[in-house]
Amino acid sequence: MNGVKRKKRFAGDFLKSWQLTALALPAVTFMIIFNYVPYFGFILPFKNYRYDLGFFKSPWVGFKNFEYLFSGQDVLKATRNTVLYNVIFIIMGLIFAIAFAIMLFQLGRRAVKTYQTIFFIPYFISWVVASFALSGFLDVEYGIINNILGKLGMEPVLWYSDPKYWPVILVVAKIWKDMGYNVIIFYTELMSIDTTYYEAADLDGANGLQKLKYITLPCLKRIVVLLLIMNIGKMFSGDFGMFYNLPLNSSLLYSTTDVLDTYVYRALINLGDIGMSSAATMYQSVVGFVLVVISNGIVKKLDDENAVF
Amino acid sequence: MKKKTHMGIHVIMIITSILFVLPFLIIVGSSFQSQNDLISNGYRIIPKEATLASYKAILASPDSLVRSYIITIFTSAVSVVLGTVMSSSCAFVMTRKDYKYRNVLTFIMFVPMLLNGGMVASYINITQFLGLKNSILVLILPGLVSSWYILLMKGFFSSIPYEIIESAKIDGANEFEIFGRIVIPLSKPAVATIALFYLLASWNEWYNSMLYIDDPKLVKLQYLMMRIQSSIEFLNSAEALQYGAVQAGQEVPQAGARMAMCLLAVGPMLVIFPFFQKYFVQGLTVGSVKG
Repeated sequence: MNGVKRKKRFAGDFLKSWQLTALALPAVTFMIIFNYVPYFGFILPFKNYRYDLGFFKSPWVGFKNFEYLFSGQDVLKATRNTVLYNVIFIIMGLIFAIAFAIMLFQLGRRAVKTYQTIFFIPYFISWVVASFALSGFLDVEYGIINNILGKLGMEPVLWYSDPKYWPVILVVAKIWKDMGYNVIIFYTELMSIDTTYYEAADLDGANGLQKLKYITLPCLKRIVVLLLIMNIGKMFSGDFGMFYNLPLNSSLLYSTTDVLDTYVYRALINLGDIGMSSAATMYQSVVGFVLVVISNGIVKKLDDENAVF
Repeated sequence: MKKKTHMGIHVIMIITSILFVLPFLIIVGSSFQSQNDLISNGYRIIPKEATLASYKAILASPDSLVRSYIITIFTSAVSVVLGTVMSSSCAFVMTRKDYKYRNVLTFIMFVPMLLNGGMVASYINITQFLGLKNSILVLILPGLVSSWYILLMKGFFSSIPYEIIESAKIDGANEFEIFGRIVIPLSKPAVATIALFYLLASWNEWYNSMLYIDDPKLVKLQYLMMRIQSSIEFLNSAEALQYGAVQAGQEVPQAGARMAMCLLAVGPMLVIFPFFQKYFVQGLTVGSVKG
């Protein structure tokens, strides 16, 4: 009697898991093909990959590719650019998003919605289209900015040949693209602040600035810390779309626009150097992974709910 | 006093809003400029000499644009359907606490979020192992399953009480029925959100085209834009002839035609997407704060 029941339950269990497994299987299959198979990228830099021999038959070369990679200045420059841009993007992004969210918070529902919609539009635009718009401003011949400079009797600037302007241009572009998104996050957080705090402050005769300093900003601290730490994990990856498209891949600008992602791309596609590009990409992956683990560890300590794993 | 500060905020917001849409106005404005206007005044938001010459030149032989539209619509539609179904069915299984292999599944789906094999291995995988170079499949398959979307969907599904699933099981429904007839209808906003994310990603996709597509017949809109951007004299270049954008010997405002092409390629989506802002916001707030 008992045995039959158990047998039946086992069969039922199996059937149930079989159906659930079938539902998960397509996604798992895709994941394995497109994300797990490429893990051979961690072996690739130790080989001298040759298309004619294939992955398994290509000869081993030890650390040669890494030695070659780090013997040049370019990868260090790209690393420096990647990290510095990320730091500036995070800080500027936070400042603008918080300032605009706080300002919007003073306004009525309808106005907030209108402004938020406008700020959010660039989120839907690819960097490819953004590069057209940017060239509208910066084009040497036709660009609006050079046109204005000309009218003021100033010399035109060769924007796409002079690297010194690009840190500012890229930071402005990034704020333009992401502000709508970040404002929404902070505005949502502001909405969740208990209004009785403000009522109590009003009773005590606090002015706007005091309320901002003692209520609003402290309430945002949690999410700011969280976003900062989560961004540590992304410190080593640059937004390829932006860094590739906006400078129109101009080689004169590499000193301030080249990040690890564009560096790897060029090494692979333009130079066809699989050894060096695979070493660069592995270096990026490994450091990125360490950073993610560290940032997640910190998040977990501060706020378990928001840890990814 | 209070009113005054609000006026100040409105002024800041309006100025910022204008700055935010300025880039789009440049594209629109200069696409209507005549060749003369462009040469003497450069790009303008309001043309001094408005003409449809740029549009006429492009629409006289719209083959490449139309073909790119078809490719983009087709690949986006397939990505949205397949991606949404696969991500949500996988996320559904991951929320099932009674599923034996739940932890294994979660592990498999999340490791790629932390560590990736890098673009070189992906490139070799797709070109050598899978042989997808210059195949339309390469515009659909690689981005189809993403840990991030699954995580998002899982967040939505976890809010469905398990009792509903349990009672359906008691009534004799199998897992496919539970998923298709109960869980999905209960999460329509979530499904819409994820479908829109897929649509946006696929519509704006150019990276895979750039890496894997040489065939002019398989160029998606965004990549078409890129090629136009990088060819200096777009409408007179060999490339434009090759892609069928113009006939030989045509005289048109070069720079304006580029902008017109850009607008024709992205305009429709630029108008459509903001209407679905609500869904994106929903996805963002769940996604950002929950990791």
